Amino acid sequence: MAATPSVPAVGLGRRLATQLDRTFAIVDYEVRKLRRDPSELLLRAVQPALWLLVFGEVFTEVHVIPTGNLTYLQFLAPGVLSQSVLFIAIFYGIASIRERELGIIYKFLVSPASRISLVTGKALSASVRGLSQATIVYLLAIALGVHPSLDPLDILGVLVAVVLGASLFATLSMIIASLVKTQERFLGIGQLLTMPLFFASSAIYPISIMPTWLRPIAYANPLTYLVDAVRKLMIPASTSVFPLAVDFAVLLGATIVLILVESRLYPRMAQ
Amino acid sequence: MSTLVAQSITRVFGRFTAVDHISFEVGEGEVFGILGPNGAGKTTTIKVLTTLLPLTSGTATVAGFDVTQQPAQVRAVIGYVPQLISADPLVTGYDNLRVFARLYQVPRAERDARIESALEFMGLSEFARTPVKYYSGGMIRRLEIAQALLHRPRILFLDEPTVGLDPVARDAVWGQIERLREEFRTSVVLTTHYMEEADRLCDRLAIMHRGRIVASGPPSSLKADMGTPGATLEDVFAHFAGEGLDTGVGFRETQRTRRTAIRLE
Ligand SMILES: Nc1ncnc2c1ncn2[C@@H]1O[C@H](COP(=O)(O)OP(=O)(O)OP(=O)(O)O)[C@@H](O)[C@H]1O
Ligand SMILES: [Mg+2]
Repeated sequence: MAATPSVPAVGLGRRLATQLDRTFAIVDYEVRKLRRDPSELLLRAVQPALWLLVFGEVFTEVHVIPTGNLTYLQFLAPGVLSQSVLFIAIFYGIASIRERELGIIYKFLVSPASRISLVTGKALSASVRGLSQATIVYLLAIALGVHPSLDPLDILGVLVAVVLGASLFATLSMIIASLVKTQERFLGIGQLLTMPLFFASSAIYPISIMPTWLRPIAYANPLTYLVDAVRKLMIPASTSVFPLAVDFAVLLGATIVLILVESRLYPRMAQ
Repeated sequence: MSTLVAQSITRVFGRFTAVDHISFEVGEGEVFGILGPNGAGKTTTIKVLTTLLPLTSGTATVAGFDVTQQPAQVRAVIGYVPQLISADPLVTGYDNLRVFARLYQVPRAERDARIESALEFMGLSEFARTPVKYYSGGMIRRLEIAQALLHRPRILFLDEPTVGLDPVARDAVWGQIERLREEFRTSVVLTTHYMEEADRLCDRLAIMHRGRIVASGPPSSLKADMGTPGATLEDVFAHFAGEGLDTGVGFRETQRTRRTAIRLE
């Protein structure tokens, strides 16, 4: 048998650049798909609007939730923003299932793109949806007199937090999709997960009023860190639970770990 | 040197052996067919050769690269059209190809030209900007082949390329596979359960049954070996497998094939 052909020695930097370019090829492709049907994004904006208008206004009136120096609506707006990011990302895995049921996933997996760059590309695509949600909630907040910070650095911080949060939850969603493989089971688990993640976070009430048994869960919940970062950046007068650096470190760390896990699981979708 | 060398490759699912110690080689520019009934192990064979599934045992090299040790290098030199439909109906034909041109690192300056020539080769230039959901089954298959050709692969794997197509569309796909061999000397591995397809396209053929290759050779010699004048591939198959093509079809296989066929309509 002939000797194995030698593989051209390519520097690490060059290889990374190649894989990064592939990641953005996926993002570009997903955004093109989204642009063909933007109606979904508009429909998705209804829910956060209802939370702010109905829930927010009612609880502002009744003063049952202690929010310190903030109005309840000021406290709630960052929570609703984070929640809408969670909701749009947590069902993202349905796209993997659809791609498996068609045969699209096979072609991605036989391409020379590394599994990590494929998964990262998908995760970042989800964050494009998250960003559109964040924009809508931000505008709503302004309209409702919440006075969110308009400082460019704060806004940039919110955007980065949203990209991380959306990537994190989208990757979690893809992991579930890779494990259960069918739409029915996936939707069941997705629904099962969403509400606990939402209620065991500081999205609509502070951790300080939670029953003690719930607090450890809130601290283990990535949504808490997203809410915490977004709240501090959006409403600088608020008091945060953790320093911003901790919030971002947790979001980034968890996203990386989940992406690594999913890059191992994703190829199993083709088996 | 053969473009593909498979030595005693085996794939087991639980206690079930889907591919059972099969060996074959495919030369440059050769069209190699795997003919077999539903559940014979054709798709599983393609999946282990395209690095989608790990081998349970045996070795295989594609263009000299080992599928287990060097999957990334193998992926760079192969093209693959799965049995299921793999074009995305939501975007245009052009956008379907664009993402793969970039994943395969076709140089940016060449990308558009490469995509256009692949579409042209497959007779789809006019429909480049049409969303794939408006394509016919034959057009979808041709688009998928166009995509698999973008990076000029050394070898193309086609899993039941004409299932669910009407005779005219089928003929068009056959014509293009023949041109591919003539113009680019691309090797092709295709699976089929159509005798006619195997007869017309394949230089050499392996008849697969229950995970094993029960006979192989050029279609003409397989038929000649039967000793009966006017023997067809159908007769060859019945002889080696001891049964016709329509046996051993489980629910899962039927569902899968039908799903492909329905979507192609
Ligand atoms: N992931 C899997 N897990 C368990 N069994 C599998 C798996 N994939 C395939 N099989 C089984 O292996 C056998 C061979 O399947 P394969 O898909 O390779 O057949 P095929 O020749 O391509 O059939 P068809 O003509 O229906 O496409 C079948 O009995 C199938 O049920
Ligand atoms: Mg098959």
